Amino acid sequence: MPSGKTSAKPSVMRPVRDIAIVAFGQTDHLRSTDELSEVEMLMPVLHQVLAATGLKTSDIGFTCSGSSDYLAGRAFSFTMALDGVGAWPPISESHVEMDGAWALYEAWTKLLTGEADTALVYSYGKSSPGSVRDVLTRQLDPYYVAPLWPDSVALAALQAQALIDAGDTDEPALAGVASRSRQDASANSHAQLRGSVPQGDYVVRPLRTGDCPPIGDGAAAVILAAGDRARELCERPAWIRGIDHRVEAHSLGVRDLTDSPSSRLAAERAGAFERPVDTAELHAPFTSQEVVLRKALKLGDDVSVNPSGGALAANPMMAAGLIRLGEAAARIHRGESDRALAHATSGPCLQQNLVAVLEGEPS
Amino acid sequence: MASAPSPEVLRAPLVVEFPFTRSLGPVQSAFLTGLRERTVLGVKTTDGRTLVPPVEYDPVTADEIRDLVEVSATGTVTTWAWNHEPRRGQPLDAPFAWVLVKLDGADTALLHALDAPGRDSVRTGMRVRIRWAAERTGAITDIACFEPYEGPTGGEPAPHAGEFSDPVTGIVAAARLDYTYAPGRAQTAYIKALSDRKTVGERCPSCHKVYVPPRGACPTCGVATAERVEVGPRGTVTTYCIVNIKAKNLDIEVPYVYAHIALDGADLALHARIAGIPYDQVRMGLRVEPVWTEGARFPDHYRPTGEPDADYDTYKELV
Ligand SMILES: [Zn+2]
Repeated sequence: MPSGKTSAKPSVMRPVRDIAIVAFGQTDHLRSTDELSEVEMLMPVLHQVLAATGLKTSDIGFTCSGSSDYLAGRAFSFTMALDGVGAWPPISESHVEMDGAWALYEAWTKLLTGEADTALVYSYGKSSPGSVRDVLTRQLDPYYVAPLWPDSVALAALQAQALIDAGDTDEPALAGVASRSRQDASANSHAQLRGSVPQGDYVVRPLRTGDCPPIGDGAAAVILAAGDRARELCERPAWIRGIDHRVEAHSLGVRDLTDSPSSRLAAERAGAFERPVDTAELHAPFTSQEVVLRKALKLGDDVSVNPSGGALAANPMMAAGLIRLGEAAARIHRGESDRALAHATSGPCLQQNLVAVLEGEPS
Repeated sequence: MASAPSPEVLRAPLVVEFPFTRSLGPVQSAFLTGLRERTVLGVKTTDGRTLVPPVEYDPVTADEIRDLVEVSATGTVTTWAWNHEPRRGQPLDAPFAWVLVKLDGADTALLHALDAPGRDSVRTGMRVRIRWAAERTGAITDIACFEPYEGPTGGEPAPHAGEFSDPVTGIVAAARLDYTYAPGRAQTAYIKALSDRKTVGERCPSCHKVYVPPRGACPTCGVATAERVEVGPRGTVTTYCIVNIKAKNLDIEVPYVYAHIALDGADLALHARIAGIPYDQVRMGLRVEPVWTEGARFPDHYRPTGEPDADYDTYKELV
């Protein structure tokens, strides 16, 4: 950064403490996992991140999880999932009824306060027992929208058509996003859809099956650590330089569906625009959403977007956003990235957006 | 990597259904009552825009907004998507277009369905109008759908008091979700053993406690449990309560006793009903055994075995 630069950017919040992602684990994402309960699905990834850092449950300062009972139709399922953590003697624990990316945000703020030096964050989703298109209608405005049962693909299709009308994309370009994502996922052994996947028939036009994410079950976990603790636990920690989340008006008819001002603002607050990133893990379950995010986040063609294959290759609800943070961090751990942007979304048509900027120190 | 054949797991249909009763704020109440009367109301924001459907707080400034106006039942499609396979609960059974419609006089768009003869007849910018439902109750579904419209454009929004006789003050948002419930490996084994009138738990490889019913994990150690252990059939009452209120659809006379029972060999208490003894003679430490009825999938209740009571020290860890 030029040392003579004096133009202050007060909008960027500097963390008061250095906090890093030091370990990441995820399950194989599968269409169905009937033989496993949620805790049985989750436990191996918890053990994986603990083993990677050498930490025991009793060493963890704070635990936070993300999930939704609606997916599998099991009330208070997150309390059952806690069996996999080992919550005796009592631990400091919290849960968000959202994607685990937001659980990570809560854990990050907990570490910022100095009350803990390490945090375990996990999330999981079993979509296979229900119909995720119907289940997701229950998160919509209950007065004006939910009674019409517009499913998640239908709402994404409205956004896709708005982009096509605006000249921002067309169907072949969307097919290109789908193809690139699943080709990239060939190198990701956890992904559900890999390699050459047919673009398929229309689900809700203009979106085809290839434009939509696979429906599946999966779980993910990360460990956060502060300062020197992070350096002890990880050879090349992925430092969280900034993280922010923003939300749009809930009514779709109020928003410009071709843009994502909340993503842009979150990215600005997280410091994403101060220097270029080399990698971006975007939580874009639909091909058309990648078009919106690339524009809103000002990502050029030189940025490696979703080298993991992204949500088009594996979209375990409630975990896919946390996985974007984990995948970006893992690339830094491996020395494949120096500065990465990670994004998570929730709600219809990119309603809520979280952006984090991760960096590795020069080695 | 070759994986072991997955054990046969149990599955059953599970329906989650709820009539969600919600109250309305003043603006929502006026809007939904208006629909019942074939009147579409919007609300003016501080900066002069007209929001349809209306909300009670400005999405930009968060100001409280109450300034209602009436807009037209005609409008323009701002974006659309062709839905060739309508799903349960959606406004139309035949293929239709999802549309966002900016009604004449409004600055924002309303989501609904468009009944159109085919996908080729729909485009962004097309003119549409509301088709009202024959029976209207004060809900968004009072708009049956939109239909193509060739007539003149509606005029400017007109102020409206938003007052109607018999206003709608609440809605019932009925919801039904269908699942296939699969209890997973550990609980499948538990349920299958019950069909042979046996109770099985799983032992933790670390702390050696036996959990009944097994959950596949030790909540203390956070590790997987797999070693299957048969427990019971006899057990000890660790604590209990006397139920005095009759539950709906339950064919059991009150008062009755509901108890935690530590089956012999188990390190976690199950809960079940106690019978075969006057309710006021049930006590901690009482030794009990299961009573099965013909064709049942779990014990109907537990009854005293006649053994001497268990010593408190033998079950105090499980209370
Ligand atoms: Zn144990």
